[in-house]
Amino acid sequence: MEPRAVELDEHLFRHEAGRMVAALTRIFGVHNLALAEDVVQDAFCRALEVWKFRGVPENPAAWLMATAKHRAIDVLRRERTVRTFAPELGRMLESEWTLAPAVHDLFGPNAIQDDELRMMFSCCHPRLQEPAQIALILHILCGFSVREVASAFLSSKAAIEKRITRGKKVLAGSKKLFELNGAGDFSARLSAVHRALYLLFNEGYHGASAESAVRTELCGEALRLAGLLRRHPLASTPATLALGALMCLHAARLPGRVNASGDLNSLFEQDRSQWDANLAAEGQRLLDLSASGSELTEYHVEAAIASVHARSLSTEDTDWERIVALYDTLLAIRPSPVIALNRAIAIAQHQGPERGLEAIQAIADLHRLADYPFYPATLGELELRSGRPEIACKHFHTARKLARNPMERRFVERRIAACGN
Amino acid sequence: MSEFLFLYRGGDSSGSASPEEMQQTMQKWVAWMKALGDGGNLKAIGNPLEPSGKVVKGKQKSAVTDGPYAEAKDLVGGYTLVEAGDINQAAELAWGCPIFETGGFVEVRPIRQINM
Repeated sequence: MEPRAVELDEHLFRHEAGRMVAALTRIFGVHNLALAEDVVQDAFCRALEVWKFRGVPENPAAWLMATAKHRAIDVLRRERTVRTFAPELGRMLESEWTLAPAVHDLFGPNAIQDDELRMMFSCCHPRLQEPAQIALILHILCGFSVREVASAFLSSKAAIEKRITRGKKVLAGSKKLFELNGAGDFSARLSAVHRALYLLFNEGYHGASAESAVRTELCGEALRLAGLLRRHPLASTPATLALGALMCLHAARLPGRVNASGDLNSLFEQDRSQWDANLAAEGQRLLDLSASGSELTEYHVEAAIASVHARSLSTEDTDWERIVALYDTLLAIRPSPVIALNRAIAIAQHQGPERGLEAIQAIADLHRLADYPFYPATLGELELRSGRPEIACKHFHTARKLARNPMERRFVERRIAACGN
Repeated sequence: MSEFLFLYRGGDSSGSASPEEMQQTMQKWVAWMKALGDGGNLKAIGNPLEPSGKVVKGKQKSAVTDGPYAEAKDLVGGYTLVEAGDINQAAELAWGCPIFETGGFVEVRPIRQINM
């Protein structure tokens, strides 16, 4: 009589939204993305009305997918004279004999997984800038509303709306979804996908949004999408594996990164017993798998650095010499003052704070760090360790002015307090 | 114990809600219905109603029109049969309904007792 209280997977609706939009766009054609989104919204409304009274069905994902499939067949029947659908499916959808079986096949589990990937590759269109690619991925494949994307990036709703609308126009203009046949620009597009997922993960890990729930969700989405890439034979390259390794190894440290009062803990303060051992092991496994082929990517090196940390019991126990060497390799692949700053921190751990300060002064394009709060914060840290608390305090005050969110500000304020003792 | 009909009016949750918000709304409804059942107040869980239908009135067949019969904000979206000690307790039970979060309301109607 009363509804079964089946526990739904967290974010089931969001994830199914992405899967359904991807499958429907494949059938309707990428120019009919808005129609696909309408059908999905409709399926959710239906689920909401029925499940309220009947409870959650045994297999909620299959229920949603079947509802979307039936609506798709209705739409195809009703509108095939006035709309063009996916051109490559053309005839299959025109004849009553083939329509329902064709749609049925297109909703098979393997087909949908490929559709999600096609959509992921399509969102990383070269005509779109990286922030737009990420916003599109979050909106279309992860089921975030415009408002939810905006709150994840601490952006205004209007700005994200504009970015996503333009992104959808580019998508629609691309005529058809990206084909995963390995031909032509596949590897270039795969690199763009790697980069977008990497940035999505970083946004969650280091990003602007201070609320830890949002951060964890963004990291979770990046992990999920990287997992999808690994399941496709052409997309599962060593770089893909290394990217997955990097995300797992970093995500393993997430539980220790923020303390009970929501404050940021530096690597040096983290309680390593809170680190997620399963994720760390999965990261290590992927890193081992990624060591094939001849290409050494930045993801390989970053994962290797994360792996050294994950295997160390404490900062004292860490092989800093190896970390410095890995940063040298990383700088050769992707020169960046932020990476050079991290290298200097590793040098300070290995050879003392004075050597670390020298390494910072030697950074080639140091001026590019002018607005980066962790630049003065690192100077302060190393000055403090060198026994010069007054100078350290000045650097920390500069860092406080540059802090990008309350969490960073509180972190720096704790360091200012440490200078007083 | 007396019986009461809960009529859920308005509170259409579609429109601009995100999948995450819809999942949360749905889970609140399931939890609320379950709490009614656990408390021994659920006589029949009832049904959702389609938003469309026909209105039949008068003696002429021509008096059959397509719905809706009320403005969307008042439209009955479903019903449940509840058991409670009196109307006040029934109204109290209705207060927990998640429909208020989406702008709808619950009409609580006692089922008329007929002693034969």
